Amino acid sequence: MTDDELIWRIAGGSGDGIASTSQNFAKALMRSGLHVFTHRHYPSRIRGGHTYTEIRASADPVKSRGDGYNFLLALGDSFARNPQENAYYGNEEVKPLSENLDELREGGVIVYDSGLLDTSEIEDFDERVEENGWHVYDIDLRTMAREHGREVMRNTAGVGVTCAIAGIDTEWIENLMRDAMPEKILDPNLEILQAAYDLVQEEYDVDAPDISVPEGEHDEEQVLLSGSDAIAYGALDEGCRFIAGYPMTPWTEVFTIMSQNLPEVGGISEQVEDEIAAAALAIGASHAGTKAMSGSSGGGFALMSEPLGLAEMTETPVVLVEAMRAGPSTGMPTKPEQGDLEHVLYTSQGDSHRVVFAPAGAEEAYHQTRKAFQIAYEYQIPSIVLYDQKNGGELQNVPASVFDEEPNGDIGSVISEEDLADAPHDPSGKYNRFQYEGENGVSQRSIPGQKGGRYLATGNEHMPAGHIAEDPDNRVYQVNRRMEKLEAIRAELDDGEVPNNTQYGPEDAEYGIMTFGSQQGTVEEAVDRLNDDGHSVKALGVSEMAPYPVEQVSEFLESVDECLVVEMNASAQFRGLTQKEIGKYGEKLSSLLKYNGNPFEPEEITEGFVTSIVEGEELPTHETKFVPAASD
Amino acid sequence: MSAFNAIGENVERDRNEYTPGLEPQPTWCPGCGDFGVLKALKGAAAELGLSPEEMLVVTGIGCSGKLNSYFDSYGFHTIHGRSLPIARAAKLANPGLTVVAAGGDGDGYGIGGNHFMHSARENHDMTYIVFNNEIFGLTKGQTSPTSPKGHKSKTQPHGSAKQPLRPLSMSLNAGASYVARTAAVNPNQAKDIIVEAIEHDGFSHIDFLTQCPTWNKDAKQYVPYIDINDSEDYDIDISDRKSAADMMYETEDALNEGTVLTGRYYHDEERPSYQQEKQNIGEMPEEPLAERYFDEDYEWERSYDMFLDKHK
Repeated sequence: MTDDELIWRIAGGSGDGIASTSQNFAKALMRSGLHVFTHRHYPSRIRGGHTYTEIRASADPVKSRGDGYNFLLALGDSFARNPQENAYYGNEEVKPLSENLDELREGGVIVYDSGLLDTSEIEDFDERVEENGWHVYDIDLRTMAREHGREVMRNTAGVGVTCAIAGIDTEWIENLMRDAMPEKILDPNLEILQAAYDLVQEEYDVDAPDISVPEGEHDEEQVLLSGSDAIAYGALDEGCRFIAGYPMTPWTEVFTIMSQNLPEVGGISEQVEDEIAAAALAIGASHAGTKAMSGSSGGGFALMSEPLGLAEMTETPVVLVEAMRAGPSTGMPTKPEQGDLEHVLYTSQGDSHRVVFAPAGAEEAYHQTRKAFQIAYEYQIPSIVLYDQKNGGELQNVPASVFDEEPNGDIGSVISEEDLADAPHDPSGKYNRFQYEGENGVSQRSIPGQKGGRYLATGNEHMPAGHIAEDPDNRVYQVNRRMEKLEAIRAELDDGEVPNNTQYGPEDAEYGIMTFGSQQGTVEEAVDRLNDDGHSVKALGVSEMAPYPVEQVSEFLESVDECLVVEMNASAQFRGLTQKEIGKYGEKLSSLLKYNGNPFEPEEITEGFVTSIVEGEELPTHETKFVPAASD
Repeated sequence: MSAFNAIGENVERDRNEYTPGLEPQPTWCPGCGDFGVLKALKGAAAELGLSPEEMLVVTGIGCSGKLNSYFDSYGFHTIHGRSLPIARAAKLANPGLTVVAAGGDGDGYGIGGNHFMHSARENHDMTYIVFNNEIFGLTKGQTSPTSPKGHKSKTQPHGSAKQPLRPLSMSLNAGASYVARTAAVNPNQAKDIIVEAIEHDGFSHIDFLTQCPTWNKDAKQYVPYIDINDSEDYDIDISDRKSAADMMYETEDALNEGTVLTGRYYHDEERPSYQQEKQNIGEMPEEPLAERYFDEDYEWERSYDMFLDKHK
């Protein structure tokens, strides 16, 4: 067990308040000066079923969930208390214990609610405790909660016990409770917290704690938020005031945050009949002169394929977000995967194009969402923010100053009424909206209601004023013009203003690891450990999927002997994209893949790298898969 | 000064102001009912004195989808069945616009049926004209949702086994606050109905019977029609749902028998539009959202000032 970090896992049933409790506890740890990172694991059901959240806290910045954990708080399972007569009970009562022990590190701590869980029902519990040197605290959290308030408050008791064992000042928790709770439930919760804390102090030897939490201090104010929060704030700061959507996990988080915040800033949120409508509404609002967004997850995004093409053909700016989950079809709704990359890149018919960002963490998600709007509105093209269930839902601390940026209400390449008077019009009096004289393919659009700006936007191929046409010369002119924009976008993205395609580790390293999106932090942590162990490795986290950063990736691949591509899908989509775009280095690229519904842990990457690349041997588990380079 | 100066610039106008000059000429077949819709819409826009630039005509796919190629205003020719979600968002973003959506019976009642139902339910302030010729025209004559039972086509060689859809009853039940049926053979009635529909503050649905001389020679729209509001044989209260529902049902049955009944069926002037409802609950700004992007003095809020506290 390492002394320099706490990885606290709270486990129980969905509906037990795991999410809210862990969120508060994470925030308390952050306020105390630590860096935190949370990881959620939950089933696709409303109540019951096994669920847990981990909080990793350290004095140093943390980039991933880490490996395993060292403190288990096992609550009951709400399903075990399901009052329905015919409900299936099975052995649900011991699940929060039996399901979680495999990943608990040696010397770790177990606190369980003896009011609900009975370790005698787990066959080899005592043996395992002894073997692993675990410290076990059986505490009747339920009764404690019942005595001071209500049974449901036993998670507060669990937090009190945690504080006593790990030497955390309860004041941080109390302050948070005072901020977050209405008076009626505040007092009993404070009582329970104190009672739990005192009980451990009295009955156990806390002067020699089994685990200690490091002390830390931030050099600037921090905020605790998720990738979904960051995407929503990026959109709001970029002047997005219209969103349309249909609920689908995990995209719902962005949709919810936007829907709750938009009325505050005079914006409009629409929950509509399906995802085709959702994307179409965003297009309609954008056409009428607003900044608009929509989004979904895999299956819902499939329905957006058709409006996506319409947005490109009519050159209507729109930002869509795609929150990946395991597929195909409805797949595993609450489990992360990076399997929608090709879907997002290539969906929609014809030579259609879009810009795709794949941010790694909350900070990148904020900046790249803003950039997605700027590109969409300047170049009149759909842009997509591609993320996944993992970076959408995990909370991490980010300096508050990241968000201290000027808002942007600029609507991009729109012509003014004054300029319309001198702009070219066709013989019918319509504005030649799809004609341009510049260098980047962009023609300024007019907005309905502007004088002198009448034109027809159509999904059919069209003449400069918008009339439907199949004229060959015009067709080539329009296709070339739309494609020219992509080169201009690539040039703009390369200017380095937005954090992108981040290189990490020693410049002159022998080996490379490439990844995209949510796995970047985990890969960076693995790179640190590999270099500490004497290997020579650097990483490249790519966060622009289209247009692809050919130059930057080529430079990286040129500089290493071999490169491991890490991604959460079974068909090596990111590696495939890289080879398609670059057309060489195939002999240098091998893949480390994971698609069992859980994200990578750093150790799986270090192990995958050492075993497969350095030692050339088979991976020891079926959880990750190695696919060698093309020349092997 | 507004950024959308064309809005509200309403003066006396001639219907030819909505004709797009030299090109393009309609590609509809000679004798097509769609000419009647175009004529009626031009007449209505002129009567209302609407500036062509404050009008947004949003269409779907099919012969009907070309309406905004031949009607000169701002236009958005969208994709199969999707005119309504695009139109209603444009109206939400800029309520100053006069938004008219149009499509055919296949486009609107088939592939776009879901959007039709929900746009009516929400009562968006807009006008929806469905060119109903009981056939797919531009794809060359397949059976449509309103084709009569037994209708034979290349895709239904043994005759359709399906009952035709009841568009009027459907839209009333879904929640449209203005429902009318008119026919291309009487552009005067059609024009009056479009005027009323545009003026109505809510979702106005016009089932517009259009003959298809090429693919649907049996179409009953050629039969002299009866205006239920003028005829002494019918006595309905168009503000009464029950009365409207009964009359619609009778009308839809009658069409199958070869009798064409047209006119105003339902007009609910009391129900607030969706925009109004949304404003009432504080989820829609009083000023047009789109104006904000053109106002140089507007101060944009920052998430840092407004939302970050709860994350600290």
